[in-house]
Amino acid sequence: MPKQTPWERIKNFEEVALGYPIETAVEEASRCLQCKKPFCNQGCPVGIDIPGFIKCIVEGDIASGVKKIKETNALPAICGRVCPQEEQCEKMCVVGKKGDPLSIGRLERFVADWEAAQGKIEVPDMAPKTGKKVAIVGAGPAGVTVANDLIILGHDVTIFEALHECGGVLMYGIPEFRLPKRIVNREVEYVRSLGVKIYTDFVVGKTRTVDQLLKEFDAIFVGSGAGLPWFMEIPGENLNGVFSANEYLTRVNLMKGFRFPEYDTPVKRPSRVAVVGGGNVAMDSARTAIRLGADEVHLVYRRSRTELPARIEEVENAEEEGVIFDLLTLPVRLIGDERGWIKEMECLRMELGEPDSSGRRKPIPVEGSNFIVPFDAAVIAIGNSPNPLIPMTTPGLEISKKGGIVTSAETGQTSRPNIWAGGDIVRGAATVISAMGDGRIAAASIHKHLMNKE
Amino acid sequence: MAYKIIERRMIVPNLHEFIVEAPAVAESVKPGNFVIVRPDEHGERIPLSVADWDRTAGTVTSIFMQVGGSTAKLARLKPGNTIPTYVGPLGKETVIQNFGAVLCLGGCYGIGSIYPIARALKEAGNKVYSVLEARSSFLLYWEDKFHKVSDKVFIITRDGTRGKKGHIGQIPEMLQQAGIVPNLTIVNGCTFQMMRMSQITKPLGWKTIVNMNPIMIDGTGMCGVCRLSVGGKMKFACVDGPDFDGHEIDWEEFLARRKSYNPEEVDPLRHSSCRSHF
Repeated sequence: MPKQTPWERIKNFEEVALGYPIETAVEEASRCLQCKKPFCNQGCPVGIDIPGFIKCIVEGDIASGVKKIKETNALPAICGRVCPQEEQCEKMCVVGKKGDPLSIGRLERFVADWEAAQGKIEVPDMAPKTGKKVAIVGAGPAGVTVANDLIILGHDVTIFEALHECGGVLMYGIPEFRLPKRIVNREVEYVRSLGVKIYTDFVVGKTRTVDQLLKEFDAIFVGSGAGLPWFMEIPGENLNGVFSANEYLTRVNLMKGFRFPEYDTPVKRPSRVAVVGGGNVAMDSARTAIRLGADEVHLVYRRSRTELPARIEEVENAEEEGVIFDLLTLPVRLIGDERGWIKEMECLRMELGEPDSSGRRKPIPVEGSNFIVPFDAAVIAIGNSPNPLIPMTTPGLEISKKGGIVTSAETGQTSRPNIWAGGDIVRGAATVISAMGDGRIAAASIHKHLMNKE
Repeated sequence: MAYKIIERRMIVPNLHEFIVEAPAVAESVKPGNFVIVRPDEHGERIPLSVADWDRTAGTVTSIFMQVGGSTAKLARLKPGNTIPTYVGPLGKETVIQNFGAVLCLGGCYGIGSIYPIARALKEAGNKVYSVLEARSSFLLYWEDKFHKVSDKVFIITRDGTRGKKGHIGQIPEMLQQAGIVPNLTIVNGCTFQMMRMSQITKPLGWKTIVNMNPIMIDGTGMCGVCRLSVGGKMKFACVDGPDFDGHEIDWEEFLARRKSYNPEEVDPLRHSSCRSHF
């Protein structure tokens, strides 16, 4: 897929991947074998009819392709960009057994962008109104998926969003250069156009509790998302210039800090930045720091390149943009100056031992290998816990040791009647598509429950 | 969304009374809570302590101090204007029960935010001793409101133009002369005042609760910028607080963190304020 060149894109926040022109899309789609018993579908957490929509592209009937995807996925422009397809549908693709698998994600994106470019968005067939009321907590990927599914099934759906913009992590977490915010807005507006009511600036758990909402609504889905960032619990993490990835990315993405002072929220523009972690959020943070004009951005990760949890595509993008990978490196202390600002980071070299419970080779510190590197900022991107507000304010809800809401994997139902949950509030930090998969399962279960109640 | 400004007036130099129509917040707000506001579509999210409310009218009152670019924007609002974000109530409420005798110390915007705390403590059956501190008499406000909810109101001004001349260091002596030993001390005010009072009460063994005021963004337990060290542990003011035991806080670290965006806070004032008045 065509991309902005690295030397261009490090100077802007525009989208890196430019998308397929129609000829390329049709050519790529023609590689699909149209398997009688396709495997790709099974790799998709929301079960898109993949050969179905690809066939439409081959036949040049893109509009039908859109309709096919939207039967099961309300957010194709987003999934086409941020899903880890190489771990899901494309991993199962039969074409991939010899050579490259079909680029399913890119084709999904192509179809969604084609529809947006036409300027008119088709509304699916809607079931007659049931009169049942459902409240959804959080307008992130999980909540929006549930809202989409239930409004189509005829229920009355209201979303309560804590922030001033909808989209959740798609808005505050994933940067503009990977997922333009106009696309998130477009997808949210689509769901609103189906009749979903959305209240922003409404913190369920504080403005109203879940129990108060239950007096008004027949069912509640909690998709309140990520919570407090994890830190390494080493000295110096409260120094100035040390940011959680959530803070750093929220300042830049949701609050548009990269356009300060046109926008009021400031973001620091340090010259030597350490990003600690190896996932997609770490890649996003490192590439953001590059775009904010840092001279050197180091990604500090305790295992080797093979174990990086980020998508390989994002790792390669980061490498092309000049992010320096300090692999097999563990920070042990952040050192401040006399004014309380970070100036150095002390690290240890690591080596890989036997595989641990996660199946990855365990990093072991090399005794006496300590060394000190100067940095004027550090971004800690090692994950986060589920948001604490609903667990803190909803008595009787079963909560896991890690702070997440406990649900049944088959239905998304919590320990309390009429309350469902899914996404990061259940899983901790996971992917957009797994949150949407949770949403799909919960929506089906809520629907069944509401219709059986009569 | 759009929230209507009912009142925004400077009640004493640099401090503004700010009343906003926000029925959902007014319905559930409690003493010690805060709200997050955004003055306009390009504005940042800033936390304001809540100072009063009217559940029937659906309005919420704060007192804020004009310091940087964002509060300057708030200070330019007029009744009838709207702001795009007003969300809350956030944070845990101040613990209200019958403690016996409670000392409520307020300074600056904290005179406003400690008022509903004093009122609730009084309703819970406490003896309430309110201390209002300011540099000079012209910086004091809401004295009459405090008289209605306190057993006794003490005033301290640096220049002696009203009440006792001096500073909060004289509070223990003042209370001793009045024969008062508080079972609990609560402080709402600038960081420096809360730190000083905690240092003063620590050797006396007076349990002291402070209402912390760090930088925040989402205010709902997501971004982690409001972290502070309490008793050697990392806490987050937006969901674990904002009330904490003043004797347990790492004040030096907190003061440094609060100043981290000082240059950026003040910078917009230098080149934007003239134009935005026209």
